[in-house]
Amino acid sequence: MKTSFLEFEQPIAELEAKIEQLRFVQDDSAVDISEEISRLDAKSQSLTKEIYAKLTPWQCALVARHPQRPYTLDYLSLVFTDFEELHGDRSYADDHAIVGGLARFNGQSCMVIGHQKGRDTKEKIQRNFGMPRPEGYRKALRLMRLAEKFGIPIFTFVDTPGAYPGIDAEERGQSEAIGRNLAVMTELKVPLIATVIGEGGSGGALAIAVADVVAMLQYSTYSVISPEGCASILWKSAERAGEAAETMGITAPRLKSLGLIDRIINEPVGGAHRDYRLVAQNVKKSLQEALKQLAGLSTSELIERRFERLMSYGRFKEQAIH
Amino acid sequence: MSWLQKLLPPKIKRSEGTRKSIPEGLWAKCPACEAVLYSTDLENNQNVCPKCAHHLRLRARARLDALLDPEGRFEIGTEVLPMDPLKFKDSKRYVDRLAAANEDTGEADAMVVMQGAIKTVPVVVACFEFEFLGGSMGAVVGERFVRGVKAAIELQSPFICITASGGARMQEGLFSLMQMAKTTAAVTQLAHHQLPFITLLTDPTMGGVSASFAFVGDVVIAEPGALIGFAGPRVIEQTVRETLPAGFQRAEFLIEKGAIDMIVDRRQLRDKLASLITLLQRVPAV
Repeated sequence: MKTSFLEFEQPIAELEAKIEQLRFVQDDSAVDISEEISRLDAKSQSLTKEIYAKLTPWQCALVARHPQRPYTLDYLSLVFTDFEELHGDRSYADDHAIVGGLARFNGQSCMVIGHQKGRDTKEKIQRNFGMPRPEGYRKALRLMRLAEKFGIPIFTFVDTPGAYPGIDAEERGQSEAIGRNLAVMTELKVPLIATVIGEGGSGGALAIAVADVVAMLQYSTYSVISPEGCASILWKSAERAGEAAETMGITAPRLKSLGLIDRIINEPVGGAHRDYRLVAQNVKKSLQEALKQLAGLSTSELIERRFERLMSYGRFKEQAIH
Repeated sequence: MSWLQKLLPPKIKRSEGTRKSIPEGLWAKCPACEAVLYSTDLENNQNVCPKCAHHLRLRARARLDALLDPEGRFEIGTEVLPMDPLKFKDSKRYVDRLAAANEDTGEADAMVVMQGAIKTVPVVVACFEFEFLGGSMGAVVGERFVRGVKAAIELQSPFICITASGGARMQEGLFSLMQMAKTTAAVTQLAHHQLPFITLLTDPTMGGVSASFAFVGDVVIAEPGALIGFAGPRVIEQTVRETLPAGFQRAEFLIEKGAIDMIVDRRQLRDKLASLITLLQRVPAV
């Protein structure tokens, strides 16, 4: 697959195009230019490293939305085995913006639930750009309860611009569906491990991300509102999204320092889409460690720990009353 | 111009143009039926238009005052005050916005929690103040809510939340999103003690407040005409590129779709809540 480059990656793109050209020439050339090619390759690598070392939050948001970024189903095939997809919410429809089902993680049964975006236009529409409707959240809830019934741990993968803001979604109770998930996940009797793999878009993300361990990929984002949305409300201009991204704090390192997430999963140089296998390995390692961290806890300890975590969110001043 | 408007002295005519939803001065105009009302009449009627029963917005303290018995009130969570964890700044600094909102409303944040009684039935009521930064939910709202729930459990009394909010407070970033999980988690504890959790959704109840605890109430009540939904009408219109049906996301629309239990006129609220609570708690009617 040919890598597609983002705007801020243009210098890398130019270099890569040059390398491509040289490779093409080399095939029917008498002169050996392989040295030149490897020199340029190294340069491209270091340039990528350099650019990615100082990504702005807004650029990070663009990487998180990269069209070639690995999605939930990619991790399902690279990290898990024996995936049995389960469909439908049993009352209205099967929402393709959320996928889920039973699988094995290192041979052990687990439930995997995640947002799913589409690759081509047709699939993007079928998956509604990863924006679930209420039936998607209700399917997720059904699968979580199923996992609880059989004592199976749950892994969720978060990657959505947000819950779908549509007429039908409102009619079928988008608010209720999200709120219900938050309530039920609070007391679910099995380990819940959430990983933000791309966009963590507000309530639509949180609805499958109330968890015992919350991890984020290095270049993923998690926010209360999209930078564009925030900018258009507070600055009255979506153009100021960069500033909004900066001030809101949406990147993994910032959120970790604020104590809002637990772990950061490293990505390959140039983003997860540059090397699916490598990022999948890192994700697997993170999930293993998270499971291990929770392994010693009894059910009541697990729930109590989760509840206390939820109660600890938020910063405020406390003043003695006179 | 109506014949009445023609009769009015010019001073009153001028006040029409300000389009304030909160009546100031002697006269107020009902935004629904355009009747010109004596402010005191409107206030005495809990901001419900005496002519057409349109429910205007009502401030948190006025609401609590009308809802709770005068005796035995105690405010909860006043010790919890806002701060600015992100040093957030758009066209204005968040701390300045907080200070201005405090100046305008006299409140420290967008939630007032009070323990008291409705027709002698003990309750804890958490009420959003929409005039404070659009009733947005940040850390203080979340924490006061949680302290209210804890007080309800200690007192073994039902917990009622009255919502009026545009959603999460953007200026607190992901902290505000987490208040959705925090508040919703807190109300699950009420069930362990068989204590009723009742929500009253008023105009407007949107976004992060709508999509958290609002619809997980044991009984979900809405006020007539209240706008209630996940996404705002403008966002939806921009997304689907069609005109929204008439009455979309209004309380009457929601009850038609099966999303809420009942619509209650503000003036009957005390009776209704007392009846529901005593029924749920299996005690004699009051």
